Amino acid sequence: MAAVKQTVEHVASLEKYKHGFVTDIEQDFAPKGLNADIVRFISAKKDEPQWMLDWRLDAFERWLAMDEPDWAKVNFPRIDYQDSYYYAAPKEKVGPKSLDEVDPEILEVYKKLGIPLREQEVLAGVEGAPRYAVDAVFDSVSVVTTFKKELAQVGVIFCSMSEAIREHPELVRQYLGSVVPVSDNYFACLNAAVFSDGSFVYVPPGVRCPMELSTYFRINAEYSGQFERTLIIADKGSYVSYLEGCTAPMRDENQLHAAVVELVTMDDAEIKYSTVQNWYPGDPETGKGGIYNFVTKRADCRGDRSKVSWTQVETGSSITWKYPSCILRGNESSGEFYSIAITNGRQQADTGTKMIHLGANTRSRIISKGISAGKSSNTYRGLVSAHPKAKGARNFTQCDSLLIGKQCAAHTVPYIEARNGQSKFEHEATTTRLSEDQLFYAMQRGLSQEEAVQLLVNGFVKDVLQELPMEFAVEAQKLVAISLEGSVG
Amino acid sequence: MLSVSNLHATVDDKEILKGLTLDVPAGEVHAIMGPNGAGKSTLSYVLTGRQGYEVTAGGATLDGEDLLALEPNERAAKGVFLSFQYPLEIPGVPALTFIRTALNAQRKARGEAEITAPEFLKLARAKAAELKIDFDMLKRALNVGFSGGEKKRMEIFQMAMLSPRFLILDETDSGLDVDALRIVADGVNALRSPERAMLVITHYQRLLDYIKPDRVHVLAGGRIVESGGPELALELEREGYEKYARAA
Repeated sequence: MAAVKQTVEHVASLEKYKHGFVTDIEQDFAPKGLNADIVRFISAKKDEPQWMLDWRLDAFERWLAMDEPDWAKVNFPRIDYQDSYYYAAPKEKVGPKSLDEVDPEILEVYKKLGIPLREQEVLAGVEGAPRYAVDAVFDSVSVVTTFKKELAQVGVIFCSMSEAIREHPELVRQYLGSVVPVSDNYFACLNAAVFSDGSFVYVPPGVRCPMELSTYFRINAEYSGQFERTLIIADKGSYVSYLEGCTAPMRDENQLHAAVVELVTMDDAEIKYSTVQNWYPGDPETGKGGIYNFVTKRADCRGDRSKVSWTQVETGSSITWKYPSCILRGNESSGEFYSIAITNGRQQADTGTKMIHLGANTRSRIISKGISAGKSSNTYRGLVSAHPKAKGARNFTQCDSLLIGKQCAAHTVPYIEARNGQSKFEHEATTTRLSEDQLFYAMQRGLSQEEAVQLLVNGFVKDVLQELPMEFAVEAQKLVAISLEGSVG
Repeated sequence: MLSVSNLHATVDDKEILKGLTLDVPAGEVHAIMGPNGAGKSTLSYVLTGRQGYEVTAGGATLDGEDLLALEPNERAAKGVFLSFQYPLEIPGVPALTFIRTALNAQRKARGEAEITAPEFLKLARAKAAELKIDFDMLKRALNVGFSGGEKKRMEIFQMAMLSPRFLILDETDSGLDVDALRIVADGVNALRSPERAMLVITHYQRLLDYIKPDRVHVLAGGRIVESGGPELALELEREGYEKYARAA
């Protein structure tokens, strides 16, 4: 557990939100506001085929007829959808490019963020250290994707969504919107109309993806939203592990991030999807600024014995509203959801999962750890349901909340529906306050108050941290510490 | 070593310590005995700096240095260790991780180099063997699901690992059977040295059969009302605290 010590040391040397810098680069913007012409503009910018444009316009029509949902336990002023840019991209030609063509300013951003974009830098790392391929999305577009060639050798397609639409239209048309339909919900529908980029992964039958894949999302431009779309398909008997990371500059206005992630697993395939979300959380005192993170993530375990595992560490955003879900369609398919959601300052999070058991003998497991500090509010909202045909469905849910201080709130809202008599669902939930007694005990042994909080919190979230790929677990542990800095006062 | 003079302390605005004076020189073991509610645990918390225990007058120094001005962790780094009457459970944090983090925090505060992993493990194995603690237990979350006796033994293990200079044992004998008491006492006695001092807080004389004190003090009504040699503990065992309760 050297990481604990490391956490403790790092925290001392870090500021509150270290990713809050802005990069000054020339950008292409679509005119502010949203209408059918903007949708056409985005599609044209990306050189899309007619079918894609039609799909977007259809989504836009539907979106106009929808109302913004208000059932989540979060409060925010009405969003003016006309006061935002729906497309912002570094000024450069569209299309695949080599790293040498990427604006050095952008490369500098990723360097600052510690994201390796140069393959040789990754390769030059410690021998035997796990490597991972990166797709870097800067505002609305993907700027570079690494290790594409090496992945192509085993048949794995890893590229930006724009490129996939051009190069692999048959796959995109078959799967896009098949897990999250166009008009699934307000924000997903908006995303379908204006999504700008994202990552696309296809793993062919029987292939175990030789490295971790990851996408790193960065919002840089002012008054812009980010609407990325990610589609991952794991064909029969394949395996892929994928990680998503996010940061944004500190800005006074709220920025909307409405992403859609669709996962499809065929027979015996497995996708492990991890997220370390660290969007700017807004000013801790006033609550001003920060990202609205309204994301739809869903997996369709289409094949028998297929498996999807969601792991998320949510520390940023002023408002988080997301429920990575699994539709357990295939017989004996299984879904897992491991979550750490931390809110501090004035942050609000309403997050959880849905496990929809459709096939026979499907299994799901939910471990959720919510930590609230400051004046924040943290809600777990989850649904576990079993269809009449889902005989022998099993679920285990464990939902723990930890309160730090006296002005924060934690809520747990589980929905459980078993529509057959042969399902077995278990739900355990606890809410505890970080106790003064425990803190004093640790301090009496020599830990400072801050170190004591970190040690106790790390203990609380351990079950979830160990689900993350090793190198990200260390990163996430540091993030947990930073997010809670100054939370005990 | 420890010098407490005219110490007054309140908890929730209620005065518990009312002018306590006590000197524990290096190399000595002093026992504090007294009836329930006399302020025994309050004394241990005031000396270690627990929140909510407010000193209103008087002072306490360790080797001449003002203890009361320091944070709890700073006092720990100076070598003050409290063996808790009710040790806390720390879910998800293995005992070894907890102790190593604490040890290194102390070392860092003292400007010493951190202990390396092999050194730490070697030390832990040796101390665990002395205290007859199953090493696998140290890989489990600290005190979670441990029996009362195991928790107390774990306190002494932490003490042995951290090697403090001034030790406070708060009702360490409660909840221990005779065998466990002997092991714990052996662990404590192993730490007796001319450079260390100990304050043994206990309600019963029993523990003092195993950890022989140099001096025995009676704490009643927030003050030391009588002091004497080891024979005082035996007298208390025979006659009880009634006369002191009245005096207070």
